[in-house]
Amino acid sequence: MLELIVYGIVLGSIISLGAIGLTLVYGIIRFANFAHGDFLTTGAYVALFLVTGLFSWIGIPDNTFGSLSFGWRMVIAFPLAMAVVACVAIALDRILYQKLRQKRSGAVILAMSSLGAAFIVRMIILILWGADSLFYRPGVMRPALELPLGVKIRPDQILILITVIALVGALHLFLQRSKMGKAMRATADNMELALVSGIDTERIIIWTWGIGGALAAAGGILYGIDVQLHPYMGWNFLIPLFAATILGTIGNMYGAFVGGLILGVAQQLSTAWLLPTYKPAVAFVIMIVILFIRPQGIFGGSSS
Amino acid sequence: MEIGIKYGSVFMQRHKKVIALALASGILLILLCFVPAAYLVSLAIMAGIYAVFCLGLNIQWGYTGLFNIGIAGFFCIGAYASAMITTPKPTGVYAHYVKQLFGLNLPFVAGLLGAALICGVIAFLIGMPTLKLREDYLAIATLGIAESFRLIFNNEHWLANGPRGLMGLPQPLQNLVDPKHYNYIYLIIIAFIVVIIYLAIERAIRSPWGRVLRAVREDEGSAAMSGKDVFSFKMQSLIFGAMIMGCGGALYAHYTKAISPLVFTPLYGTFIIWVMLMAGGSGNNKGAVLGAYAVWGIWIGTKFMTDLLPYFLKAKAPYIRFLLIGILLEIILIYRPRGLLGEEKRVSKLAD
Repeated sequence: MLELIVYGIVLGSIISLGAIGLTLVYGIIRFANFAHGDFLTTGAYVALFLVTGLFSWIGIPDNTFGSLSFGWRMVIAFPLAMAVVACVAIALDRILYQKLRQKRSGAVILAMSSLGAAFIVRMIILILWGADSLFYRPGVMRPALELPLGVKIRPDQILILITVIALVGALHLFLQRSKMGKAMRATADNMELALVSGIDTERIIIWTWGIGGALAAAGGILYGIDVQLHPYMGWNFLIPLFAATILGTIGNMYGAFVGGLILGVAQQLSTAWLLPTYKPAVAFVIMIVILFIRPQGIFGGSSS
Repeated sequence: MEIGIKYGSVFMQRHKKVIALALASGILLILLCFVPAAYLVSLAIMAGIYAVFCLGLNIQWGYTGLFNIGIAGFFCIGAYASAMITTPKPTGVYAHYVKQLFGLNLPFVAGLLGAALICGVIAFLIGMPTLKLREDYLAIATLGIAESFRLIFNNEHWLANGPRGLMGLPQPLQNLVDPKHYNYIYLIIIAFIVVIIYLAIERAIRSPWGRVLRAVREDEGSAAMSGKDVFSFKMQSLIFGAMIMGCGGALYAHYTKAISPLVFTPLYGTFIIWVMLMAGGSGNNKGAVLGAYAVWGIWIGTKFMTDLLPYFLKAKAPYIRFLLIGILLEIILIYRPRGLLGEEKRVSKLAD
């Protein structure tokens, strides 16, 4: 049971990375981005291309760090893939959402457009890599460390947690200290007021997509390291992402982080009684319960 | 002479749409002469089934503005409900191979009504927590229900035979003709049902009830201020649309005679239906039917296109086809959000 909670925290930290990006987009650009799950997939597959394709072609050595399942290749690929997905997210905004915003289309039309974008991105991944499950490093036995109370954990998983904490910490500092971060928070609080005080909202929107895409890519790669890569991995994350976002109050980055952890633990605990394939359904039930009891989320005011 | 030309150009101006439509259908008819009739019939049946879904979605989205992206869920439930209502529960040796929760062995019409009823109940349950909240919560919830039902039907063998699904579903008026020509009968049944649903929705939409729906879509606040119970009207619209989708699911099940959870994916079950409605024109029932036939035609057409691809790309053909459909949706959303036909004016012509 304790072991499931630990694995749940690992899964939850990955969900958090996606949910933070989703909640920023939701809070600042104000629509439900149904393509966010597929950003995770894109990040994972871009890293796969770099690690198994480009870097082996360049000749970067393939040895691993100690008992971890990856080495220099992944260390270089990780930030590169984050940057690529940030660019993909910004490009989608320039090609699709910006045009719709200019036409004053409603939030629902934007959401529909993002659903279309999700399918387009996924089809491209399916065309390039096919429908099978893939691994960054197939067929390697990954030894587990024995922690007190009989909890087994792989070194990879510890590193996943450290990476997530570092990324969330960096984002926290960015939002609190930097000028752009403050402007982003102001825009999330009140779009009109931000416009009046001379904040360039188009620039804010670009930064929001960049950060959201980069974090989603990180989440996707970490999931790929922990479990596997699959073209539908991001789509299966979509409902947990939305559940975490709503649970942590839309627009609240810290809420999304906590919501992600709760969702991860809940999904992992459910595998004690249910088939693991039911994980998205578990997230769905949690979401419905939140909508009934407290639709504004745990960090929301008394009325939504 | 001059008058004749002038009159001619006025005629062209006034009937631009009609002429374009006549030309397009003329070209289409010529093209269709090269396709075998049996193939055309099956194409028309599938497009007709999708037209039912488009009409259901049109009530929810086109007239009320409800964003349902879990059509696949109602598709799935409708198909399974009708399948279990119209088949007997397996007995004897058979029961070892095919497990299903119940089997009532009732006629086709009972399956159709049962599917609609169950989908209506499910819609009510989804509407309860979501319809009072922001519009996108409904979208997320319907998406969740669609994914969940697919998982349940796939994993719970006792419910409806798991991933292998149900087979040998009965077809209405099965013994009337040679099985080889049965599809013609089914096409007539589908056409009949599409017409009934079309007329029912047209009637409902032109009534005071329909006017309230459109008021809710345009401005919830002012509809509420005029003393309309917005939540209740949204709920009625959601349920009405879901019931029609349930019928669509049932029609599909009895056409293919075999269903499995693998069919009801977000792509075939939800996404393509949205593209159809947006292409045809949301808020227009003629547009919904036209969109279903047009997009299904394009979908089939892309199959011929991908057949021409080099060998190593053939395996990727379905993905390429869906990629094209996705791009089509984005183009419609940006350049022609009204769709082919756009919404019809429903008020008196004198009022404008």
